Amino acid sequence: MEKRVTFKGIWLPLLLVLPQILITAVFFFYPAGQAIWQSLFIPDPFGLSMQWVGLGNFEFLLSDRFYRASFLTTAIFSILVTVVSMGVALYLAVLADRLIKGSGTYRTLLIWPYAVAPAVAGVLWLFMFNTRVGVVTWYLGILGYDWNHVLNEGEAMGLVVVASAWGRISYNFLFFLAGLQAIPKSVVEAAAIDGARFWTRFRTIVWPLLSPTTFFLLVVNIIYAFFETFGVIHTITSGGPQQATTILVYKVYSDGFVGQDLGSSAAQSVILLVIVSILTVVQFKYIERRVHY
Amino acid sequence: MAERNGMVEKRGSGLWLTHLGLIIGVAFIFFPIWLAFVASTVDQQDIVRPPMPLLPGDKFFENYGRALVSGVNAPVATMLWNSLVMALGIALGKIAISLLSAFAIVYFRFPGRKVFFWLIFLTLMLPVEVRIVPTFEVIANFGMLNSYSGLILPLIASATATFLFRQFFMTVPDELAEAARVDGAKPMRFFFDILLPMSRTNIAALFVILFIYGWNQYLWPLLITTDPEMNTIVMGIKQMFPSGDDFAHWPTIMATSILAMVPPVIVVIGMQKLFIRGLVESEK
Repeated sequence: MEKRVTFKGIWLPLLLVLPQILITAVFFFYPAGQAIWQSLFIPDPFGLSMQWVGLGNFEFLLSDRFYRASFLTTAIFSILVTVVSMGVALYLAVLADRLIKGSGTYRTLLIWPYAVAPAVAGVLWLFMFNTRVGVVTWYLGILGYDWNHVLNEGEAMGLVVVASAWGRISYNFLFFLAGLQAIPKSVVEAAAIDGARFWTRFRTIVWPLLSPTTFFLLVVNIIYAFFETFGVIHTITSGGPQQATTILVYKVYSDGFVGQDLGSSAAQSVILLVIVSILTVVQFKYIERRVHY
Repeated sequence: MAERNGMVEKRGSGLWLTHLGLIIGVAFIFFPIWLAFVASTVDQQDIVRPPMPLLPGDKFFENYGRALVSGVNAPVATMLWNSLVMALGIALGKIAISLLSAFAIVYFRFPGRKVFFWLIFLTLMLPVEVRIVPTFEVIANFGMLNSYSGLILPLIASATATFLFRQFFMTVPDELAEAARVDGAKPMRFFFDILLPMSRTNIAALFVILFIYGWNQYLWPLLITTDPEMNTIVMGIKQMFPSGDDFAHWPTIMATSILAMVPPVIVVIGMQKLFIRGLVESEK
């Protein structure tokens, strides 16, 4: 797409794009380039010189037990977050869509947790499940269950998953509700006249028609789980216990800033860069076109 | 809505079950926030001897006052101010530079325009999290640690907004620019008098999304604000937990959590229509 009508001039447009060029060059392209460059070196212990190792950092990472474990952790974590938050959101959206009156009220009640920062969500859930003062922990104790996410890896993972999914329900709910309301009611009613019960109608008509929304949300939620849940992990578990909740982004941070292993951290950044690029391409290329009915 | 009132609609018990299901969902969403609110209105003693009460106490003003005025490491009022500056800086800064460059790439033919467009495209969706170490070094070299510009600039270095404004400008009828040119109006005149007023809703919708994005940042402020006086509220909460085995002062921490939620929640609820529009447009 091109505009037919344009203004004349070369210096003015260059001046107009200058602020963006400068800021993106200094704070985006230069650091991204640095990450790629640094990933090819190992700094000496005193930080005085860099030793060229080629793809050594990557080879080391991919053979590193902890890094591969972190990959697996990230995969489990993002799948769980995506499934939990999309599942709950779809359930609520289907219910809200059945209402003639009042779906707007529920929408208002359900969307605002979107505004709660992941880190704040983390603190809220940490408070409920705190091993010493948490209300849920206490009631679980009454029921005879000894909750301790500080020691138990499964419980730690469960807690960060729920806290991450919780804040994301609003977002998914909005898109699912919009998707459901866009389905022509005549189609659903025709099936009802033919005698299809609710579940059959949902499975054979609503779900397929909703697939563009579902696939879009799938990618967006995976990106969210990969990158934006740092705050949840950092506030609740700090990656523990025994790195059970160390997702890839958390590892870039803990190796780079806490462990000061710059070469490895840079190589991890590059791997993340590749992953996010692939996800972005998938989002732009396939989702708009492949999913149709 | 008339056509929705068809035979698929449930009545009677089905309707009540639908409401019940939704109310359970709303309760699940609200529960953590309700508990946080209750905790922010009671005494530390009520919390450290579980189970804590489930109804608010009478220490509301005491807890919020203490948090705002003294906090733990820094007064929460200071952190709120820092968050506000950061969120506004990111939202307004990104909108301003994006409007200008989108105007340039849509309404001019200049050398390097194609390259520029693809560079912009590259920055889409590469979050700051994946380039934190080198970005941190850049900020440190510029002496921007513990400064507002250090908090803001790296987060406006992406072109999502440029992309959106470009899409919108492409839908603006050519006749408007044509007429402006025939009338001898300078490009910037056209930009300020015609294009900008037409973009009002888009700008507002984007503002809502960017404000929340900026307000809720965690990792970046955590790295570059070592001085408690420069902490933003969202990252400052975690800093209020004692490092050792001591009990955290939960009423203050929960009051701070509530305070951290209020501004973005007000923005979302108050500008609900624009917010939904902004979400749908910035993601699709």
